[in-house]
Amino acid sequence: MIGTDGTAPERPSNGHLIRIEHLAKTYQLGEVEVHALRGVSLTISRGEFVAIMGASGSGKSTFMNILGCLDKPTRGTYTLEDIEVGKLSRDELAQIRNRSIGFVFQGFNLLSRTSAIENVELPLLYSSTTQKDRHQRAIRALEAVGLGDRVHHFPNQLSGGQQQRVAVARALVNDPSIVLADEPTGNLDSRTSVEVMDVFQQLNQKGITILLVTHEPDIASFAKRQIVFRDGKIRSDRPTTDPRVASTILKEMPAIDEEDDE
Amino acid sequence: MKLMNILISAFRALHRNKMRSFLTMLGIIIGVAAVIAMLAIGQGAQFSVEQQISALGTNVLIILPGAQQTGGVHMGAGSATTLTEEDAQAIQRECPSVGLVSPGTRAGGQVIAGNLNWATGIEGTGPDYLEIRKWTVEYGDFYTDQDIKSATKVCVLGKTVADNLFPEQSPVGQNVRIRNVPFKVIGILAKKGQNAMGQDQDDIIVAPYTTVARRLTWYPYLRQILVSAISPANISVAQRQITELLRMRHKLVTNDADDFTIRNQADLATAATATTDILTILLASIASVSLLVGGIGIMNIMLVSVTERTREIGIRMSVGARSRDILTQFLVEALVLSLLGGITGILFGVVGSSVISGIAKWPTIITTFSIVLSFGFSIAIGVFFGFYPARKAAMLNPIDALRYE
Ligand SMILES: Nc1ncnc2c1ncn2[C@@H]1O[C@H](COP(=O)(O)OP(=O)(O)OP(=O)(O)O)[C@@H](O)[C@H]1O
Ligand SMILES: [Mg+2]
Repeated sequence: MIGTDGTAPERPSNGHLIRIEHLAKTYQLGEVEVHALRGVSLTISRGEFVAIMGASGSGKSTFMNILGCLDKPTRGTYTLEDIEVGKLSRDELAQIRNRSIGFVFQGFNLLSRTSAIENVELPLLYSSTTQKDRHQRAIRALEAVGLGDRVHHFPNQLSGGQQQRVAVARALVNDPSIVLADEPTGNLDSRTSVEVMDVFQQLNQKGITILLVTHEPDIASFAKRQIVFRDGKIRSDRPTTDPRVASTILKEMPAIDEEDDE
Repeated sequence: MKLMNILISAFRALHRNKMRSFLTMLGIIIGVAAVIAMLAIGQGAQFSVEQQISALGTNVLIILPGAQQTGGVHMGAGSATTLTEEDAQAIQRECPSVGLVSPGTRAGGQVIAGNLNWATGIEGTGPDYLEIRKWTVEYGDFYTDQDIKSATKVCVLGKTVADNLFPEQSPVGQNVRIRNVPFKVIGILAKKGQNAMGQDQDDIIVAPYTTVARRLTWYPYLRQILVSAISPANISVAQRQITELLRMRHKLVTNDADDFTIRNQADLATAATATTDILTILLASIASVSLLVGGIGIMNIMLVSVTERTREIGIRMSVGARSRDILTQFLVEALVLSLLGGITGILFGVVGSSVISGIAKWPTIITTFSIVLSFGFSIAIGVFFGFYPARKAAMLNPIDALRYE
């Protein structure tokens, strides 16, 4: 089933977690106007797992940043959980970023010279919780991404994949209702990529909505829905015919992996 | 964000950037310590000058031969620019506001005792010299009117001279040769220490002025007359009486200028405080330069770290920090740094001042003003340059802060 360009398949409107209408973003670079997004409309329901694809420069990151309340659109409206984000104050936006959204950046954006656990604890510093609870949740998040044994490592002591997983753990730690990930597997080998996708699929099964940007069709096929961007517009939007299941794939992989290790 | 969490963030950030934190603090430490030490020295100098001047006695007048010197130029040296013994006696006799009078002359020279010798100043005085100068004899006696009349060859040694010429035995009763004239030592003066100008007041020999004039200088006139008014309140009356008397005795007519000069302690004090004022200003300017340099240091470190901090701010905002969380964190960081640096600076300044006064034998006074001034300035700079860039960054969109280069 292939959706028509620029519009999402019809869904009951009360189930919409995200509704976007005619979203546009224009950067002014001196005299030149760069149109990063040229009118994007779509809806995403609670519990979806969406992969966003598209060529480099097609506006994927710009789109994600706006969804993550990190940036503001030039035109159009963005409604999140029935709240029109454009009308919110800076503090209210900060609260949404803190409570509802977990963001994984294209470059990891970890605090340097700061241990993995302190990085993961960061969002909890801005929500009311005890130090003990903060610590436990950060450990749990790190364990969930398979870094239980790297808790006190600093970013420069971690591989790119491990840093990315710290970033994922930081996005998860506040139990957000949406996780936005901008190329979370961009720097990872295939096995680690599948592991990260497994983390996302598990989260998704718990009801968390996930949007991830990827260049790799393989990775996109773990998602339930695939959207392709081109030149700041949606070119296609369709459900994945038969989403792959990361945990099953992982079970088939260890043998090879162990051989590699030896 | 709770205060506890803010403190945690601030301390973690300071700990994370130990070098930067240390350098920032160093700027504050140097600035504060320098200002405190410099002002302490200046204030100490001023204080010791004032104290020594008041110790000299506020009712003392010094009469010098010759007209008032203006700007170093000797004005109108007339025929009678001399002071005589008779002038001194007349002052004693005819000026009711004058208490004590000590005629004075002066010689310099080599003093020999046994195989030791010492170059010093020989002050010829009257018997009342000690009382006028509020000085006392520690051992032995002082000379009397009788010694003055018969110009006996006796002398009293200052502590420094006594220590140098007679390191092992008591000088009292011994002979010293001043410019080859033998003098009998009859006493030793109590230790007086340095004067306001840093001169050793104990490096002196006093002897009857008649003996000094006839045996050492062969100069019949007086170099000075030391006078005390009967009370500090009478000082200007005494000065007027002396002026009238001396003008009459020197046969000066109305339009003639005085051919003598009367100095009082107020004049001396003015001269001395003018000197220490200059010293204090000098030290204060050195101190403000170091405060400025310290301030620029703080400024540099804070501004240089802006790029890194802006990205950090972006990251914090992306996970839910509000502008005010960021601002509080940076304010707390800046305050912690400035306070730690400021307190350390005060400690260094206080310790430094006492080390200086120990080495230079110079009193230092630490005033609240210097502490408040330096501390306030450093904190203001630290907080401004730590806080202002953070404020700017906290007002950006998170994504712009993250992208900041
Ligand atoms: N801050 C900015 N100022 C000016 N132009 C920008 C800015 N950010 C992005 N752009 C432009 O907007 C367009 C979309 O950029 P975006 O980062 O969204 O692409 P992308 O799809 O994420 O690419 P990639 O796959 O390489 O990450 C590009 O042409 C880019 O040059
Ligand atoms: Mg991108």
